[in-house]
Amino acid sequence: MTKLADAFKNGKAFVAFITCGDPTLENTAKIVREAVRAGADLIELGIPFSDPTAEGPVIQGANVRALAGGVTTDKIFDLVVDLRKDVKVPMLFMTYANVVFSYGIDRFCAKCAEVGINGMILPDVPFEEKEEFAPTCRKYDLDFVSLIAPTSADRIAKIAASAEGFVYCVSSLGVTGMRSNITTDIGAMVKLVREANPSIPCAIGFGISTPEQAAKMAKEADGVIVGSAIVNRVAEYGLDAAPVVYEYVKSMKDAIR
Amino acid sequence: MEAKNGRFGIHGGQYIPETLMNAVIELEKAYNHYKNDPEFQKELQDLFNDYAGRPSRLYYAAKMTADLGGAKIYLKREDLNHTGAHKINNVLGQALLAKKMGKTRLIAETGAGQHGVATATAAALMGMECVVFMGKEDTERQALNVYRMRLMGATVIPVTSGTATLKDAVSEAMREWTNRIEDTHYCLGSCMGPHPFPTIVRDFQSVISKEIKEQILEKEGRLPDAVIACVGGGSNAIGAFYNFIEDKEVRLIGCEAAGRGIDTFETAATINTGKLGIFHGMKSYFCQDEYGQIAPVYSISAGLDYPGIGPEHANLHDIGRAEYVPVTDEESVQAFEYLSRMEGIIPAIESAHALSYAMKLAPTMSKDQIIVVNISGRGDKDCAAIARYRGENIYD
Repeated sequence: MTKLADAFKNGKAFVAFITCGDPTLENTAKIVREAVRAGADLIELGIPFSDPTAEGPVIQGANVRALAGGVTTDKIFDLVVDLRKDVKVPMLFMTYANVVFSYGIDRFCAKCAEVGINGMILPDVPFEEKEEFAPTCRKYDLDFVSLIAPTSADRIAKIAASAEGFVYCVSSLGVTGMRSNITTDIGAMVKLVREANPSIPCAIGFGISTPEQAAKMAKEADGVIVGSAIVNRVAEYGLDAAPVVYEYVKSMKDAIR
Repeated sequence: MEAKNGRFGIHGGQYIPETLMNAVIELEKAYNHYKNDPEFQKELQDLFNDYAGRPSRLYYAAKMTADLGGAKIYLKREDLNHTGAHKINNVLGQALLAKKMGKTRLIAETGAGQHGVATATAAALMGMECVVFMGKEDTERQALNVYRMRLMGATVIPVTSGTATLKDAVSEAMREWTNRIEDTHYCLGSCMGPHPFPTIVRDFQSVISKEIKEQILEKEGRLPDAVIACVGGGSNAIGAFYNFIEDKEVRLIGCEAAGRGIDTFETAATINTGKLGIFHGMKSYFCQDEYGQIAPVYSISAGLDYPGIGPEHANLHDIGRAEYVPVTDEESVQAFEYLSRMEGIIPAIESAHALSYAMKLAPTMSKDQIIVVNISGRGDKDCAAIARYRGENIYD
């Protein structure tokens, strides 16, 4: 049985986020396989949502393109079935509460388990609302991943104590997207997580795009999550993006080894 | 009915990014403190009375009543408030609260522009910075309101994401709040979003039903048989309903924007066409497709052009305490024209939705019965658009 934590067993983990169906699901399949071949340890598959309130312009744009192309939750489950023929690394979904809720939480989780998804991240479900989703995830052996932010302060201990899979450390205020400078004291955040839960891996996301940033962040935690920088390449190269993503992921993975 | 753990029945909650959680917790603490602080309440009451012009009048529409030949119709004149709508009630409350919390900057979303204008007004009054997010389509439909906001020193940011209307303005304001929390209060304009916003907005707007109750008791010596208000997110309606919720003999009727009809896709009637979901921080009813993608909604009224409804309304619907009825563009334009001719009062196209239903209901009731219609705003802002709807080539 694959677990999200497996991604953190071979040194620092590189987590690649890809919006499903941007601009086609065939393209997404190619990009995922190339990212894994380039060394990605964990694949975060974005199920597009019409109104992604935690995303910056780059991932918003990917959501618009994917939905315009006709992607649906069911078609994405089919994509995962295809990927699981050869992709062995853990995979999880990143989407919004309403996508899961409208599908039926139990039906969604059952389907995730059936096709080989290992967990989910719902950025609009904080600790206070987690019990609506997490117990059903547990029932199907999925990890419900919690986020902590630079504003979390005294909330970090309780979030970390019950965290599953890994803790997603949000590096900066604001929405997803590339930043030239990350000023948050990430080391201090990670220390608070480890005090509350010594065994949970910490991965840092939001704003990371260059190998230099990745190397710096990887020193502070167990892995780095990159989304917008990959999605931006997909936006630029479209159906020819897979080899470009391969080169990029390889440069990032090399930087954190 | 008070929210328990931020819930109205199954609705409400706090479905927001972790980055915002401490901000809403801090807001709830501050609100719970100041709502019981006599000094805060006095300051707010003084602003209501001396600045906004409260109490607003409860006007007996004698000509309209005679013309319709049924129940007596009273109009709650929120359109006479400073800035021309009920929105100022909530904004003065939130701006004062934000100031007490040490915030120096207000951000807001706006649809028709009324809430944006009210926020810009309060920011000017209290010496705060103000940024208003408005769907690009709405900045074009309501160009005059954009100018009014700028005139008072606010920055208006046209939102081009999604459908470029009210829901996208809310999304963009939320994104901006996650980006800058320390000095910024998100002055949400309706009884929606994450807890504690639905409760805070409801409380500040409940002055409407408090006054209606006092005024109708003074004029008629009894409570009305029905209170009617338009519903987008639902702030003027919850304000008009709140103090009557326990008075079971008073019918509470919310009028949703049906757009071109609830059997078309060009509608914004959430209760009549939506289903349960989670969006913009709350669980409630939303117009959405089978995969939970939020539907692009439509109404002639920019202020009702929203795919959701506040959680307290969703619960009032569930428990059968309030009724939610659809009113089309055409029906509301007719009501807009009717009140203008009949009483010399030009209502906001939003409020005309409520008026239209009152025009249907009144003739079915007896002459000793009473309907109160909340005229939530004035219609000057809509004149050019309604003229165009009727085929006249007028631009503001």
